[in-house]
Amino acid sequence: MTTFTPYLPSLAGGLLIGLSAALLLLLDGRIAGVSGIAGALLQRPARENVWRGAFIVGLVLGPVLLAALRGQWPVVHVLASWPTPVIAGLLVGFGTRLGSGCTSGHGVCGLARLSPRSVAAVVTFMAVAVATVFVGRHLIGFDA
Amino acid sequence: MKAVAALLAGLMFGAGLAFSGMLDSARVLGFLDVAGAWDPRLAFVLAGAVAVSAIGYAVARRMPHPVLAERFEIPAARPIDGRLLGGAALFGVGWGLAGFCPGPAIAAISLGLPKALSFLAAMLVGMGLYAAPWKFLFWNAGTSTQTPASSSALPLD
Repeated sequence: MTTFTPYLPSLAGGLLIGLSAALLLLLDGRIAGVSGIAGALLQRPARENVWRGAFIVGLVLGPVLLAALRGQWPVVHVLASWPTPVIAGLLVGFGTRLGSGCTSGHGVCGLARLSPRSVAAVVTFMAVAVATVFVGRHLIGFDA
Repeated sequence: MKAVAALLAGLMFGAGLAFSGMLDSARVLGFLDVAGAWDPRLAFVLAGAVAVSAIGYAVARRMPHPVLAERFEIPAARPIDGRLLGGAALFGVGWGLAGFCPGPAIAAISLGLPKALSFLAAMLVGMGLYAAPWKFLFWNAGTSTQTPASSSALPLD
């Protein structure tokens, strides 16, 4: 904790995510917002859905490619017990569409272009998520 | 060509999420748990991503149009309203409950974790539930004297 080294993979991964957002903007003129891209794919068939489908395919294959290069899969824990993942998924799906964005669209892209709406959204979902974890872990005490 | 660029961007996004460790919902919850053993790593991911993304937006401002498209599709400035904040709050509850947001939920498909896949399936249902009332209101708008769908007409429940 006393050195910067443990944070380097996080920072490097973040730089790659930012590069992805910059690439999609400068080449295709689009915001790299995952909930918006996935939501539009569900909502209507359209010509513009070809690039959206391609982005999602890339998003799924990205970790596979990285795992092939590194020779190891990422370590992923899911702490939530049933049926919390289902309830949480419904809230995240509906909420990100209603609020026009998630951690990528409002976070990575919205904060980068200093959109007041995105700043308000990020502050709101961060604060509510922190409050949810606080209530869940420290007041109620379930494993989330 | 637009699709090839999007595929490349998606690959980098997914690889970036995996490399940063943000596919791990436990690490995300560790960041959100400010009263516990706080894990600051998500902040480094977000800071790195926003910094490079901001350079992209700065370059975009000097370009007449994107390399492969006719114009930049960037959301117009709109007021901060209840829909935005209400949606962000619902998202925050779900994010805090499971530690997954849409990007990692989709990028973690290949790991085949039942709970993560259940989260993803429910998330897609949630997105569909949002889309359904929209369509219903649009169909009615053409055939009746109802007022067109406004933001306040969207059910929150």
